[in-house]
Amino acid sequence: MTPEIGHFALALALAMALVQSLLPMLGAARGNLLWMQSAKWSALGQVFFTAIAFLALLQAFVTSDFTVKNVVENSHSLKPMLFKIAGTWGSHEGSLLLWVLILTVFGAAVSVFGTNIPEQLKARTLSVQAWISVGFFTFMLFTSNPFDRVFPPPLDGEDLNPLLQDVGLAMHPPLLYIGYVGFSIVFSFAVAALIEGRVDAAWARWVRPWTLAAWLSLTAGIALGSWWAYYELGWGGWWFWDPVENVSFMPWLLGTALLHSAIVTEKRDAFKSWTILLAILTFSLSLLGTFIVRSGLLTSVHAFAVDPERGLYILGLLAVSIGGSLALFAWRAPTMEPGGIFKPISREAGLLINNLILATATGIVLFGTLYPLFYEALTGGQKLSVGPPFFDAAFIPIMLPLVVVMGIGPFLSWKRADLPGVLQRLRFVAVLAVLATLLVWYVVRGGPVLGYLSILVAIWLFAATLKEWATRIKLFDAPFTESRRRARNLPRAVYGMSLAHAGLAVAMFGFIGSSVWKSEQIIFVEPGRQIEIAGFDVTFEGLERVRGPNYVADRGTLTVMRDGQFITELYPENRYYPVAESNTTESAIRSTLAGDLYASIARPASAEAGAGGALTLRILYEPLVNFIWIGSVMLVLGGLFSLSDRRLRVGAPTRGTPQRAAGPARVPAE
Amino acid sequence: MVRALAAIPFLIAVIFGGFFLWGLDPDRDPNDIPSVLISQAVPYFALAQVEGLQTASFGRDDLMGNPSPVIVNVFASWCVPCRAEHAVLTDLVESDGQRLFGINYKDKPEDATRWLAELGNPYERIGADSTGRAGIEWGISGVPETFIVGPDGTVLYRFVGPVVGNDAVADFRQALVQAGALENEAGG
Repeated sequence: MTPEIGHFALALALAMALVQSLLPMLGAARGNLLWMQSAKWSALGQVFFTAIAFLALLQAFVTSDFTVKNVVENSHSLKPMLFKIAGTWGSHEGSLLLWVLILTVFGAAVSVFGTNIPEQLKARTLSVQAWISVGFFTFMLFTSNPFDRVFPPPLDGEDLNPLLQDVGLAMHPPLLYIGYVGFSIVFSFAVAALIEGRVDAAWARWVRPWTLAAWLSLTAGIALGSWWAYYELGWGGWWFWDPVENVSFMPWLLGTALLHSAIVTEKRDAFKSWTILLAILTFSLSLLGTFIVRSGLLTSVHAFAVDPERGLYILGLLAVSIGGSLALFAWRAPTMEPGGIFKPISREAGLLINNLILATATGIVLFGTLYPLFYEALTGGQKLSVGPPFFDAAFIPIMLPLVVVMGIGPFLSWKRADLPGVLQRLRFVAVLAVLATLLVWYVVRGGPVLGYLSILVAIWLFAATLKEWATRIKLFDAPFTESRRRARNLPRAVYGMSLAHAGLAVAMFGFIGSSVWKSEQIIFVEPGRQIEIAGFDVTFEGLERVRGPNYVADRGTLTVMRDGQFITELYPENRYYPVAESNTTESAIRSTLAGDLYASIARPASAEAGAGGALTLRILYEPLVNFIWIGSVMLVLGGLFSLSDRRLRVGAPTRGTPQRAAGPARVPAE
Repeated sequence: MVRALAAIPFLIAVIFGGFFLWGLDPDRDPNDIPSVLISQAVPYFALAQVEGLQTASFGRDDLMGNPSPVIVNVFASWCVPCRAEHAVLTDLVESDGQRLFGINYKDKPEDATRWLAELGNPYERIGADSTGRAGIEWGISGVPETFIVGPDGTVLYRFVGPVVGNDAVADFRQALVQAGALENEAGG
């Protein structure tokens, strides 16, 4: 019964969305306040019914209701409860339901919290948001109903991929989706602004918190996914330039550009069409991500089951939403009046460079991801694959200049800046960065020039960010109490920027250390075998069989010594899940700030293979890898700080008045 | 001018859409790797000996005029699945009397020598493809890959990935039977 209630609730939500996609839009055109305000109730109704549908599916998973096809395919009665719950969004249909749930939550949030947004803009935005909902509700109801029943019901489920039984991964899709879908609101705002034909500083300010919220969720989602790959896959890497990773990375890159260009629109009333375009494209790339993972267009390690009919439906959806909004852009954008002018050396110009580089980087990733498809189409079926060598060679060299500019940008003033003066102030930072890099070279020796160059740039960014903060609070230039007062009064958005910029520098240390100075050993394991890696002496003590809730595992014991001193023991496992008939590796990791010692055991595919079925042991030392996670946390915290800035909460911006937000210290703030 | 500029994103999106529509053809399998070399002559390559190894060098000439089909295996000491596959190949040579040639792909001679010393050397000839040039000629997509080459130097079969596990080994043996390098084992 409950699944049918869920199905019915979905249909009702679609009805709500249909009303909301028309009525408020018409109301805005005719100036009918009642019609415009109906958006609030239909948005809340959509959330209500979608939540009922989601809870119905959740209930089916929690109680292991094997009359529901989706539960049969993605759950098992022996699975731990946490992963039964996570199974709700583990499948194509379930994840789609989560997707629309988040979509409707965002719509309702705008209708409830967006009290300072003018009625017309709000009504149009919510209507556009409802168009997206309609697309996804019909997609689910027509091609991917999560509540399909099976008869006769099987005795037990077919399990979720055991690889995916991981807490990090259970949380990964929800966060990623909050990011993807969060950009839908920005998209709706952009389309509404195009329909309205006006974009101004106030518009940019209303959009900003939504962009920030989406961006920080996406950051957390990507970081979690990468963390999962690192801990779970047992390959000892955190980024593989896999299509599925790339499609989540592209909205992030472009969303980062949007975050910065929206600042210019907010403060200086410039970059208007560009900000609108970025808003459209960022969400388009999110949709593309959803599409590519489900359509079988590209090969990937972690794609959903493929169905051409679904692919066609999503392509149609994409054509309408992306094609439609870009056509609208082509039609309306030229009529938008240009805003504030600025000199080639100014904060605007700095942010322009940021935007150009980020957009180019997005283009590179997009091109590399889709090139196999283009190539196959143009050559009539010949295949190739684009891998890390391309991305490393194309992506890294253009990102390094961005990081250099990131160090300088925050020092520049709006409209016209004094670059020599800024460089003068940064000369100690530059000297410090060079000295620190030389020190690293002296200690480490060896390694490619690009590695040292990257370190130089990362140290530069970190130091320049600190220096910028110190300048703002006049550290050492004013009495300490004065600095403390200034530090307390700085807007939170400023702290957000400093944290996020420093976070990127910190994450860079991790990227560089763990990719350039990684060491790796692969051996057949025999008890008593010893190897040396990165100064550690590792001894393989032996193997034992252990039993888990729904798997059996071979667990190895490794003793790690350094200079004759006992450091730790590691227990990597190779698990076998009988129900799913598949293996996973559970790597054992000794984590320190200096680096991770990482061990994983792999079993050759058959017992007859290898020397008597010997296991292979893979030991890696990944220097500084934890800085990636620390840096990611700093990026997310930076976003949270910025989001909690009071100018986004109070000081309700209104059109027509000059933008002077509440808050002291009106230094350029973001 | 501005108008044309504003239309560019739309045009790009339309082009992308065309490609996606093409890509959704249900007959298209993105996981399928076409074997362009099948029933074609072996590409030209001539590889030097692996330094420090007694095994003779390997080139296209060694694949011409053999009395029966032979196996060509692309391997590397840095390739983990190759280790597992090594035992299967050794077994084919020692128990079934197959002739095995090796292309040592993008490897360091000292690593390859140590690897073969540790696991044994079932290869009749090994060519050192330190630059990966021969690998490109053969069109390999990764390591290991294994080919069956007929007496006239025609590529008869290609196996992508390690020949490891019951199914894979059965497939490969079946291909050897079809090529005429192995007696049909269905009876015995």
